[in-house]
Amino acid sequence: METILPFLCGAIIAASIYLMLEGNLIRFIFGFVLAGNAVNLLIFTAGRLTGARPPLIPEGAEVPAAALANALPQALILTAIVISFALLAFVFILFYRSYEVLGTVDTEAMRFAEPEPDTSGGRGEKEK
Amino acid sequence: MDWLLVLPIILPFAAAATTFTLPKNDRLQNNLGILAAVLHFAACIYLLFYVSENGIISTQIGDWPAPFGITLVADHLSAIMVAVTGILSLSVTVYSKAEISPALLKAGYHPMLQILIGSVCGSFLTGDIFNLFVWFEVMLMASFGLMVMGQEKEQLDGGVKYVVINLFATLLFLTGLGLLYGMTGTLNLADLHLKVRGLENPGLLTAVAAIFMTAFGIKAGIFPLFFWLPASYHTPPVAVSAILAGLLTKVGVYALIRMFSLVFTFEIAYTHGLLLVASGLTMITGVLGAAAGSEFRRILSFHIISQVGYMVLGLALFTPLALAGSVFYILHHMIVKANLFLISGVARRVGGSFELAALGGLYRSRGVLAILFFIPAFSLAGFPPLSGFWAKLALIQASLEVKQYLIAGVAAGVGVLTSYSMTKIWGDVFWKPAPGTAGAQLIPEGGPYSPWMLLPITFLAMLTLAIGLVPEPFFELSTEAARELLDPDIYVNAVMGD
Repeated sequence: METILPFLCGAIIAASIYLMLEGNLIRFIFGFVLAGNAVNLLIFTAGRLTGARPPLIPEGAEVPAAALANALPQALILTAIVISFALLAFVFILFYRSYEVLGTVDTEAMRFAEPEPDTSGGRGEKEK
Repeated sequence: MDWLLVLPIILPFAAAATTFTLPKNDRLQNNLGILAAVLHFAACIYLLFYVSENGIISTQIGDWPAPFGITLVADHLSAIMVAVTGILSLSVTVYSKAEISPALLKAGYHPMLQILIGSVCGSFLTGDIFNLFVWFEVMLMASFGLMVMGQEKEQLDGGVKYVVINLFATLLFLTGLGLLYGMTGTLNLADLHLKVRGLENPGLLTAVAAIFMTAFGIKAGIFPLFFWLPASYHTPPVAVSAILAGLLTKVGVYALIRMFSLVFTFEIAYTHGLLLVASGLTMITGVLGAAAGSEFRRILSFHIISQVGYMVLGLALFTPLALAGSVFYILHHMIVKANLFLISGVARRVGGSFELAALGGLYRSRGVLAILFFIPAFSLAGFPPLSGFWAKLALIQASLEVKQYLIAGVAAGVGVLTSYSMTKIWGDVFWKPAPGTAGAQLIPEGGPYSPWMLLPITFLAMLTLAIGLVPEPFFELSTEAARELLDPDIYVNAVMGD
């Protein structure tokens, strides 16, 4: 498992980068979701895959008797999932609103904040 | 003393909750915001005094001992950053009273601003890398919200780019963090410092260092990862621009300094060499972008980039003087940069535009404003005896000390180019006669600017002047911060106990 999962992470990341670079906001969202999952999988793998027992200490004991599964990576992933869920909700709304106002989801066409420089005038300044 | 570390984080969040739940009465919101900012300011300044008197302090949240629980640490660097955050927060909140429209107040401007401030302080004070990640996320959410408030066309366009690249940086940060945890089994920064020493495979660690460098590089806006910044910082309301410009990239720089002085210090020739090249290119591209600009806030945005180059330069050289110069630079820059953005807002009020070509004649019609602009603008350019001069002097001297003549030349040359674009603003906005029929432009478009706008600008300008005229105490603080950064044992002992 520990050799397969890194390759799987790599494949998902490659696919997500491809999607993100498409220049389409909708595809960016899909790429972002994929990449988020790949990173979570990576943390999970980096935290060692031990099929052993759940991280519970028997009653009365101070320390576990045998090796346990590492609970921390799962806590990290859970936090990351919650955060990315919130971010995703925001991103959906933002992109939808941008589509309504700007009328496009093509990032190449989004030049409202940085209009093409006006090449006619002296220092590229435009009278407005 | 534990509460001292928690206050700069707790106060803004309490204020956010209060302003969010109370009725959306404009006056009430503004006054509560200012009250919260004053309290926060006091707490932040007191923390700085306490740390400068007693040295580094730390506390374990929930009494879980390090490295298991979340640690809050304030060394000199953190305390300085938090103090400047308090200063900026107060200034911008006061300015907001005059600038932020009732519609934005109803949409939750103050809660979001307070959350941003709280999370920035959290990033500066935390001693745990996963906690740092969480603070980054909170900060991002708040800044996303502030950035697109009002939903103008330009704002949404700039906001989309800002959000997209920052989300990607976040994922990179998380990746690096996961890998680092996989190698060391710890998330506590002090413990990480101890654990990375014993690693068998330092090459792998360098790869992780590169991931962190990219993630924080995007947030800090270093070359070639800065393009989101000039695409978005000129779009939101001026008060928002000012707080974002003053704080956010500096959080990235802070994270770089922290990680590359505490954790990734085993292959300095490679990692810090890379940072040195990046810092030089950052300075040059930033200042050239600014020189080509013709819009007030876009010129200032490009200057943020070139200035970040200077801050990273200090880290890259990694000598006591260079790091002290870096810290001093951050201190000076945050105050100056936020102030310049605030002034651009007043110029817009009076002249009706951010375009340099459409502005003019402010020297004659608004003499006080001209003087208040002169101080931060030429401090940014590095004119003696203003604060920017001492910061640049320290960094250039530090580069000469280690015989990096090329980078010293770049730093000096970029300073000259900075003064070029500052004189361009000065000439166009203040000296040039107002365009169109002379005098018509002198009549303010959005009404005369209120004293609430002038108050924070004057405060910040006086502060810049004070740092310039009496640089010694500030430089002593920076030197102390640099000493702690170069001797991580101080940090480790404070967190882990001896």
